[in-house]
Amino acid sequence: MNKFDKLVTNAAGRIVPTVVNGKPAIPYMGVGKYKPDGFRAAPKLSSCADFPADGNKVVPDLKEALIRAGLRDGMTISTHHHFRNGDLVATQIFDIAHELGIKDLMWYPSASFPCHEPMTKYLEDGTINHIEGSMNGALGRFTSNGKMKGLGVLRSHGGRYQAVQDGEVHIDIAVIAAPTADPFGDANGVNGSAACGPLGFALADSQYADKVIVVTDNLIPFPCLPWQINGNYVDYVVVLDKIGIPEKIVSGTTEITKSPDRLLLAEWSAKFCDEAGLIYDGFSFQAGAGGTALSIGIYFSEILRERKWKARFARGGSNKYLVKMLEEGLVEYILDGQTFDLDGVQSMRDNPNHTWTSPFTSYNYHSKGNFSSMVDIVILGATEVDVNFNANVVTHSDGYLLHGIGGWQNTLFGKCVILPIPLFRDRMPVIRDQVTTICGPGELIDVIVTERGIAINPLRTDLIEKMKNSSLPIKTIEELKDEAEKICGVPAKPKFTDEVVAVVKWVDGTVLDSIWKVKETSDK
Amino acid sequence: MGAIANTGNKGKGIRSDCFVTLELTDQGGIHLQVESKVEVMYGDSIRKEALDILEFFGIKNANLTIEDSGALSLVLAARLEAAIKKLIPGDTCFLPAILAENQYTTAKDRNRFSRLYLPGNSPSLMINAGIHKPDGIILDLEDAVAPDKKDEARYLVRNALCGIDYYGAERMVRINQGERGITDLEFIIPYNVNLILLPKCEKPEQVHAVNDQIRKIQHDQRINKPVWIMPIIESALGVINAYQIASCAENVVSLAIGLEDYTADLGTRRTAEGTESFFARSMVVNAARAAGIQPIDSVFSDVGDMEGLRQNVIRSKALGFDGMGCIHPRQIVVIHESFAPTPDEIEKAKKIVFAFHKATEQGLGVVALGTKMIDPPVVKRALNTINLALKMNKLAENWRESYEQI
Repeated sequence: MNKFDKLVTNAAGRIVPTVVNGKPAIPYMGVGKYKPDGFRAAPKLSSCADFPADGNKVVPDLKEALIRAGLRDGMTISTHHHFRNGDLVATQIFDIAHELGIKDLMWYPSASFPCHEPMTKYLEDGTINHIEGSMNGALGRFTSNGKMKGLGVLRSHGGRYQAVQDGEVHIDIAVIAAPTADPFGDANGVNGSAACGPLGFALADSQYADKVIVVTDNLIPFPCLPWQINGNYVDYVVVLDKIGIPEKIVSGTTEITKSPDRLLLAEWSAKFCDEAGLIYDGFSFQAGAGGTALSIGIYFSEILRERKWKARFARGGSNKYLVKMLEEGLVEYILDGQTFDLDGVQSMRDNPNHTWTSPFTSYNYHSKGNFSSMVDIVILGATEVDVNFNANVVTHSDGYLLHGIGGWQNTLFGKCVILPIPLFRDRMPVIRDQVTTICGPGELIDVIVTERGIAINPLRTDLIEKMKNSSLPIKTIEELKDEAEKICGVPAKPKFTDEVVAVVKWVDGTVLDSIWKVKETSDK
Repeated sequence: MGAIANTGNKGKGIRSDCFVTLELTDQGGIHLQVESKVEVMYGDSIRKEALDILEFFGIKNANLTIEDSGALSLVLAARLEAAIKKLIPGDTCFLPAILAENQYTTAKDRNRFSRLYLPGNSPSLMINAGIHKPDGIILDLEDAVAPDKKDEARYLVRNALCGIDYYGAERMVRINQGERGITDLEFIIPYNVNLILLPKCEKPEQVHAVNDQIRKIQHDQRINKPVWIMPIIESALGVINAYQIASCAENVVSLAIGLEDYTADLGTRRTAEGTESFFARSMVVNAARAAGIQPIDSVFSDVGDMEGLRQNVIRSKALGFDGMGCIHPRQIVVIHESFAPTPDEIEKAKKIVFAFHKATEQGLGVVALGTKMIDPPVVKRALNTINLALKMNKLAENWRESYEQI
């Protein structure tokens, strides 16, 4: 099987394979251009006759559950990332697979974290063939060095749901770590010591996988309410002593930035939104987890309070700052995709106006619409942006893969997408001639806010007109790029081999870009 | 083994800097080792720059190691030159080009509400300081630099004056006390510094010594640009001599007070209420006003307490100060907002200034509001308020047109 084959140039001008891990792949055709044909995938039918009538699906341990689920070579194993860097379950699965001598698995996480670094040894010894989802930190470096056997596939949260729904990825065994569950398999994330909020990233896995294993450290008698995951999808329930490290799940590391430069970016972004008329009574915004995004929330609050306005809803990640806005009546509803601290978890549990969402409701592109395009203001980060407003979130300017896409691609469909980013980071200019990897097409990115000026996408003539007499420093993106290069010098480009190591999927499942193996520099 | 020199910084939390280890050898040519966080993008340019500088100083045999955490070219150059000078002292300088946009001069009576202190040996804080729009930036060679780093900070401050754009902020340097401070001037006067902060000033002679050296350097280098002086009063003796200091030279434009040292000198502690420094602050305000220059208040040290800062600025303004120092960029906005004329003050000033212009147009010698006569100093203060409001965009340039329509 070829890792990749038949390279073509896609509509974004990028060279991409049309064969990915032996299967055909469609090159990116443009925003909204590729329309799928056919039907949703369907999991196998089951019969109640094969399940205990008393509803007790508990098996002694994870190994037993995996064996009963038929774990064998070449299978696809999925996990979710609601536990973030406090996950204790994912690596255990592969410890067991390794112990059983299973080879060539595909790991299908909704995201990976530094705690998953031990997976590199299973990638090295062939237990895991490749990862589809995200390759962060050490796993990204491993991938960029061309060491992963199969081809990595990066998808957005919405793209992950879409790939499962479309049958592009078939999950053999889904392992769903659940902070609270009952013996039938009903589960939620709002109770228990590993409480993490929603379990939306595991929704597709529960609905479409052949076998579903729920793993919990807080088993309660039926019924487990609320049931974010329905036991009717679940095959086995496993009880472990501990499934996550609470302080790493709800780390509270997502604090408002203290960096004066980032606060300036936040202040200008909020001011931009205000001057451009994007904030109004009943508007909506995407809530991000980064320090800059959180600070923008503070500025939004000031504006709303002063004018006695409310945001109709905020969607995205929640934490104490957003909860405070909800409780103060500055936001009417939180549509929560992932929860970053205990205030968020508690609010979701207790406040009916704070509800969990899933990539299906928020992000799935092969659907009858989704929430992302209804959001007025979307504020996101990026590692690089180019003069055509294309943006990168997965690789750095040195060519290395370091991050996943998350919900980033999906939220680009919001009405105004703003990227507050420093013009350079430690001498690394952020605005380039061409991004190292395209993750978001420039036509969807409207505004770049840097500490030395704000660039509006020329396609947004309406915003340019509105900001004509602004007190903010509006510049062209080329001017910003020149300014950065004047300060930092013109950066050299990373050197790659001609080997593709991973692909970036667009929200519709087409291949947007390739990530290439990095050529080692002789000095290092 | 030859002599070894180290300059710069490395380790956790260090950004936009580099650590240089230079050893001069007798033979074997140049051995250059670069370890950089931005290797892919700038590795080649760092190596070229390092070799160019060694060649410029005529060094043919050396072991040079650069551990780089994203230093800009002018920072790298400062670190390497400082290392070279430690081993081979000399007058030749490897200078970055002075940016055309850094050639501005500043007016004697410009606003000096805020001046942002930047440690003279910390490049990461210097690079973006200008974007926060303080009235002045201070590259600090004195207390913010560790004693063993004071020499190398001079090269960094010099290169920053040349190559970092502070977007119109007044370019200030706080020099060291005594002889070291006089030598500091060689590293800054030729590079268009606008203002020198003179610490621990106790008598006019200190100002004269600085001025003599400025004149000497300017004469030697054929420079003719104003360099203002802001003496800092930080001791009991300084307070007593405040007026003599404030009035001792044409280029003394403001008088600042430094309360940490002053309270230590008094043998007391600095408190939030500031009762212990009330006399000193009033003395400085009076001395400065008597000399026709700006009185400038001390810094507010709790960078997390914006409300405390606001209260402090309001008290400071009420005492008669025209500005204060800041040690964090987020303090700038609060300081500007609090020193700025309030809407109420602007409204009152508008009435008076409007009446003043009307009286002038009608050739009347006396300004009146209704039946009330307005004294000339009140008119002067109102004019100042209006000018300030205009400068700070608190009032439209054409306010009088719309005012007449009301």
